[in-house]
Order: sequence, then structure tokens, then C-alpha cells
Amino acid sequence: MTTEYDIAVIGGGNAALCAAMTAAETGAKVLILETAPKAYRGGNSRHTRNFRCMHEGPLGPLVDDYNEDEYFDDLMKVTGGKTNEKLARLAIRTSEECLPWMQEHGVRFQPPLSGTLSLARTNAFFMGGGKSLVNAYYRTAVGLGVDVLYEAAVTHLQLDGDQVTRVDYTHNGTSHSISPKSVIVASGGFQADTNWLTRAWGPAAQNFLIRGTPYNRGVVLADLLDQNVRQVGDADQCHAVAIDGRAPKFDGGIVTRLDCVPFSVVVNKHAERFYDEGEDVWPKRYAIWGRLVAAQPDQVGYVISDAKSLNLFMPSVFPPLKADSLEELAGMMDLPPAKLRETVDGFNAACGDTSAFHPTELDGVATHGITPAKTNWARPISQAPFYGYSLRTGVTFTYLGLKVDEKAQCSTSTGPIRNLWAAGETMAGSILGQGYLAGFGMTIGTVFGRIAGQKAASYAN
Amino acid sequence: MQTEMNLDLLSEARRQAEICNACRYCEGYCSVFPALHSQRAFSDGDITQLANLCHNCRGCYYACQYTAPHEFELNLPKALAEVRRDSWESFAWPQPVARRFQTHGGAIALAFVVGWAALFWALRSIGSSGGDGFYAALSHSAMVAIFLPTFFLPLASLAISLNRYWRSVGGQRLRFQHITTAFSKAARMKDLAAGHNEGCNFEDEDRFSQARRHVHQAIMYGFILCFAATGTATVMHYVFAMPAPYPLFSLPKLLGLSGGVLLTVGCGAMGVLKLRADRNLGDPGAWGGDMGFILLLGFVGFSGLLLYVLGSTTAMPTLLALHLGAVLTFFLLTPFTKMAHGFYRLAALIKDAQ
Ligand SMILES: Cc1cc2nc3c(=O)[nH]c(=O)nc-3n(C[C@H](O)[C@H](O)[C@H](O)COP(=O)(O)OP(=O)(O)OC[C@H]3O[C@@H](n4cnc5c(N)ncnc54)[C@H](O)[C@@H]3O)c2cc1C
Ligand code: SF4
Ligand code: SF4
Repeated sequence: MTTEYDIAVIGGGNAALCAAMTAAETGAKVLILETAPKAYRGGNSRHTRNFRCMHEGPLGPLVDDYNEDEYFDDLMKVTGGKTNEKLARLAIRTSEECLPWMQEHGVRFQPPLSGTLSLARTNAFFMGGGKSLVNAYYRTAVGLGVDVLYEAAVTHLQLDGDQVTRVDYTHNGTSHSISPKSVIVASGGFQADTNWLTRAWGPAAQNFLIRGTPYNRGVVLADLLDQNVRQVGDADQCHAVAIDGRAPKFDGGIVTRLDCVPFSVVVNKHAERFYDEGEDVWPKRYAIWGRLVAAQPDQVGYVISDAKSLNLFMPSVFPPLKADSLEELAGMMDLPPAKLRETVDGFNAACGDTSAFHPTELDGVATHGITPAKTNWARPISQAPFYGYSLRTGVTFTYLGLKVDEKAQCSTSTGPIRNLWAAGETMAGSILGQGYLAGFGMTIGTVFGRIAGQKAASYAN
Repeated sequence: MQTEMNLDLLSEARRQAEICNACRYCEGYCSVFPALHSQRAFSDGDITQLANLCHNCRGCYYACQYTAPHEFELNLPKALAEVRRDSWESFAWPQPVARRFQTHGGAIALAFVVGWAALFWALRSIGSSGGDGFYAALSHSAMVAIFLPTFFLPLASLAISLNRYWRSVGGQRLRFQHITTAFSKAARMKDLAAGHNEGCNFEDEDRFSQARRHVHQAIMYGFILCFAATGTATVMHYVFAMPAPYPLFSLPKLLGLSGGVLLTVGCGAMGVLKLRADRNLGDPGAWGGDMGFILLLGFVGFSGLLLYVLGSTTAMPTLLALHLGAVLTFFLLTPFTKMAHGFYRLAALIKDAQ
């Protein structure tokens, strides 16, 4: 079977599925090659919960309005201006028509989850989360005649001049090749390849946990970059957050997040504080702690909290360590007990009047005379039992990717590749140089997946 | 005495509930999740209440990114189904029969044979001193003598069980509004529609379908209609001195016929759905008991219809024994079979409304 399919879509997550459905709706014969087994299909998309959506008025589950400029400003803030304005605005503008399109293709939305009310205006939540979105898309795609091959790992795209002439993949232990008219790459970043991360980050990367799928190893990305397909972004740029140190190496997903940092002190393995835990509300500081922890010895941090703060944050997937004294807690966490006592005593002494304490606002309850200061929610750690968590760096995705234009088309230095398009995480670096806005990953995948599907189909038909 | 609930089942459900509490993705599916997310720690009673709020629609299984082979091994529908069944068995009274039928379809079949034999014996030895229709085979007073206790004994048993349930889940004093809220949810089988009103993930993996909800509604309303048929007949008999047999266009006949059809078709369809569904997403140990119960209930409806069709033939006495034997068995086993779930579910909904 060499010419049976019009289009091969590489990957089986949100971007791949959006592309496959869009192409199949034009009558093209589409094959999805997904390296994961069926139980793990859907890549990182299976871990998501919402997408960020522009809207001029109430739309589906979204309240009020969220217009293009506000959305774009939000993006500029988190990326520090490292944004491709043309592509970003295209994604933002198109997101509004995506919501009803997603509903038509089986996705169901729900009001914001408890604890996420702040996103009710900007982010539309998938009922049941990303895996139910992925399930619905697979059902719709198969209904449209798309063929899906699981455990089909693409190993090589043969680029001849300005055209991909062959797709090689392995399935059931044997190698296969097909030559579809168009190819869409939607196989994510490379974060699950620890060796590649280590080359980019240094040995510290060995201690990183990968929040999502173990299957995004960047095989196709590396293969294309080796053939001089245009690249965007740096290998050491990634989205990383601080998660529960007990999380599994891969696929721990959303439950491993910890929201306790603002109401705690965080120390390194020498029991020393290293950053202002109360700099801003947690959703705005979530993403920097991944890097902060990565910079500490052994890439680990320890959260110390006490009884009065326990109920201020979302319950964690693993129960916190619990002890009647700080020394006992230090023992449980392999921290030097005397030093931990000294750090906490010093912190406690620096806390002032806490009567203005307000857990959901920047309350200005700060420490005085210690470095680093804690500038909000600074209350002494004094009320037994004491609670502890370890923190590790959890990588969400990498930014190094394929450079695409507004048609989602890939290119080499000599010009566009006629039959190669890319969508989703694997080209997100074309839009974001750094930083991340919650829910924008799924927006990029949906918008550019649909564009890639359209363009690939009109080329093939 | 009630027996202790199985701690392994409780702690497995608790482990999973704690993961869900950190995740919350399934919040929109049913009443279980909002109840779950309102707490940080789960007592045995909390888990028991959550288990009885769950109706095994499986939406949260197919949506879950943590099902096996993932090491978190989430399978909340199964964990809750096992606790649910264990709670019914633990609270049941009297205890010696509590754990006989939920998990044993064979025991239900055996009970049916005994019930049928008892009725056959009654027909033979008591018989009738004259009367019309079915009363020609078994006198009205004999029927009353047999079925009055058959009806009230299980109710007494259930009252004891529900009281135990109520104490275990920490229920408070009832108020009218709690009850109306619960009944309106149950009448629409709201939760069976899933959060987006497209039904369960039952007979075809992750496809949403109303089949189970509709079939369940057929069974429930079929049962209620049959019950109403017997009720109106009793009223007509005693209050208006109008004993059976009744003509086709009479309340008892119309109610009974439509109920019988709904019950028969509903139970048949439920059996088919259960054969298609993944047994491992429910309580695998109770599969046989559930199936036995569905067949018994379906047979109650089916034999009732047969009686209507063949009531004036010589097969009538045999059919009557079969039908009344099935009814007898069904009622007596109510507290110890899947039938109990309706009562517990209502109790759970009332508690949830508090
Ligand atoms: C825990 C977590 C939560 C997140 N929450 C959100 C959120 O709420 N909102 C949001 O917008 N974003 C979120 N993100 C980011 C989001 O997951 C991504 O932006 C988005 O899923 C990318 O979609 P994609 O289709 O490009 O990649 P993926 O969904 O990762 O799909 C890549 C696919 O390619 C397959 N693949 C890889 N290599 C090969 C190969 N060689 N051959 C064949 N197939 C291959 C993989 O198996 C996979 O199916 C989250 C990420 C994580 C980890
Ligand atoms: S069942 Fe799975 S996806 Fe649903 S809330 Fe629980 S852990 Fe999350
Ligand atoms: S199986 Fe259905 S009813 Fe039970 S907890 Fe899951 S979603 Fe709720």
C-alpha cells in the first residue's frame, strides 16, 4: 500500500484529530499514525482541561466577553513580547469559531471547575477533560472514514527537494512505508526524550518529571530538522512547573500540581529558602517555580506548611507528610533538622502583623529584614501539626519546533515544502517564543490543525 | 446486627476519590463529584454515600486519563459499585440471607423454583372454593394470606436497612424539600443522562447513549404500573366491591398490560445491554446476581402477560403458579437483590439534598 491514502497525519492528539477530521470532511482519505497504544492515545491532549477562546459576547460556557486585543495583551504579558503577532492574532481570532466547531465534532463543555472560577470568562472547560475530547474526536473521525493505526511509530519522512515522498513507520514490529499526497505533522514536542532534554539543559534534566505523555519524543521533529526543515525556538525553552516530587516520571498529569507554595515556605535540600513564595497569586507564579526548583541542588524543593494553612489550597493527590515538630518533619524529608529550625525561626521572626491576611488577594502581609522576603501571605509556620511536600520540576512541553506560516506550511531555506504541514505543540514555537498562557496550547492545536487539514486536503484533492 | 463493611473495598474507593479530588475533570458528569469535591477527607460513611450516589454510567471511566495501565489505576465506577453492593449487604436484615443473592444468580433461580413450588402446592392443597377467573384456581383469601406478608415483610426489612444506612452516612432530620428534590431527580433519572444529557457510556465503550436510561425508565415505570394495577384492583375489590376478573377496558387491566409490556421489554433490553457492557467497570462479582434479578423481574412481567393471553385455557393454573411464584420470590428477595438499589438511591439523593 503506497498510494492508498491522500493524507497521512502523524500523531493522535488534538491537533492531529482536528486536521484529520477537517481533511476527511472534504472527502480526502486520511490515515492517522499514532505511536501510542489505544489506551494511551491522545498525547498531552488527553491531560488538558480547557482551551482559551476569544468571544464578543457570552458563548457556550463562557461569560461576558473576551476580545482579540485583551487576549493578545494577555499573551504579550506572559511571553514578554516574544510572540509572532500575525500568527498569534490568527489563532486568537479563529478561536471564536472553534468552540461551536468543537461542539459539532462531539466535544462537550461544562462550567469552570471548582477552584478555577477565575477562568470562567476566558477558558472553556471540556466536560470530562481532554481525554473525553480525544474520545469524541476519534469517534467523529472514524465516522468520517478516517483510518487510525495505533502503535504506529513514524520514524522518517523522506524529503526530496520541496516534497515529502515517503513516510516510514513501524507497526507490530515491522517497518512500513507509504506515500500519501500530503503529510501533516502533529506529533508534539520532544520533552519525553530525556537524552535530548539533557543535551539542552545539562544533567539537571535527568531529574525532571514529564507531566504528560511518554510518547512525545521528538522523533519526527529531529528527523525533519536533520533534513533542514526550518526550525523555530530554542531547545532549552520549555514550559515547566513545580509539581509533587512523588509524581510518576511520566503522565502524572494535572493531579500532581501543588497549590500550597503561597501559604508555605519553600527550602532547598540544605533547608535554605531561595525565592519569594508570596510574589503573586499562584496561577501567575505556577510556571516560574519549575525553573526555580530546577536551579536548586538535586533539582528538588521542600514545602513547609502548618495546620492553619492546610485548608487554604486544593487537596493534593498524595497526602502531605505530617509531623508534630519541624525536626520530625525534617527527618522525614531528609533535611538537616537544625538548619530547618533555624530557617523557619528566622522566617517566623521576620513576620509582622498578620491581621490583614487574605488568602485569595495580594494582602501585602510581608516579612521584614530577611532575604529573600516573602511579600504576601507571610504568616509564621508555627501551628502543629506541620506539613511537608517535596517539589520537582515537571515539564509540560518544549518550544523547539517547526517554523510554519499562516497556512501551517513547513519550509526549508529554499521555500515552502509543497505537501508538508504542521500543527499543535510541534509548531507552537512559531507563535510563542517563551512563556505560556493557560489554554493556549489547545487553541493553537485546534486552529492550526484545522488549517493544516484544509490545506493538505486541497493539495491532495 | 449489621455486619462491618469491607475495609479493603472502602479504602480502594477512598484512594481513588482522593485522586479525583485533586483532578476534578469529571465534575460535570453526575452528583458524585460535587459531593466528593466538597470534602477533603473521606470517612467510611462518606464513601458509602458517594457509592450510593453513583449509578455506574461509566462516563468518568472513559474520560479518565488515569485508568490502567496507568499506575493510578482509576476505575471509579467499579470501586463505587463494589462498595455500594457491600453496603447493601452489610445493612440488610436479617443478616443470614444478606449475602446470598446480590452475587448469586443461581440462588435467585433456586429461590424462584422454591417460590413456584410453594404456589403450586398452595394451588393444589388450598385451591379454590369457587370463584371467577384466577380465583377459580386459588381463592382470593388465600392470595391475600400469602401476599400480604410477602409485601410487608420486605418493607419492614428495608426500613431497618435504610435506617442503618442513614446513620452510617450521617443523615440529618428529613425535611420535605429534601424529599421533593430527590424524587424529582429520580423521576427524570437525571444523572443517568450524564452532565450533557446524552446518557451513559455503557454498551459501546465511550459512546454516549440514552439506551440504558430509557430501558431503566421502562423497567421502573413498568413496575410502577403493574403495582398500580394491583393497587387499583385491591381498592376496587374492597372499596367498591368489584372483584376480579376485570374486562380489558378497566383500570387494573390497562395498567397491568402496559406495565407488563414495559417490564418485559425493559428487562430483556437491560439484559442485552449488560451483555454488551464491560463487566469490569461494574461490580464483576455481582454480575450474575444482577442478571438473575433482571431475568426474574422480566419473568414477572412476561408471565403476567402470558396469563392475560392464556388465562382462559387449561394452562392457566400452571401459569398462575409460575407467575405468582415469581412475584412471591421477587417481593421476598427485594431487600437482598438489586431491587434494593432504588431505595438506597433515593436515600442517597435525599442525603445529597441536605
Ligand atoms: C498535564 C497537562 C495539562 C495541560 N493542560 C492544558 C490545558 O488545560 N489547556 C491547554 O490548552 N493546554 C494544556 N496543556 C498543553 C496541551 O496538552 C498541548 O498544548 C496540546 O495537547 C498539544 O496538542 P498536540 O496535538 O500538538 O500534541 P499531543 O496531544 O501531545 O499529541 C501528540 C501525538 O503525537 C504522537 N506521536 C509522537 N511521536 C510520534 C511518532 N513518532 N509517530 C507517531 N505518533 C507520534 C503522540 O503519541 C501523540 O498522540 C497541558 C499539558 C499537560 C502535560
Ligand atoms: S475519574 Fe479520572 S478524570 Fe475523572 S475526576 Fe477522577 S481522576 Fe479525574
Ligand atoms: S460512573 Fe457515572 S455516576 Fe458513577 S461516579 Fe462515574 S460519572 Fe458519576
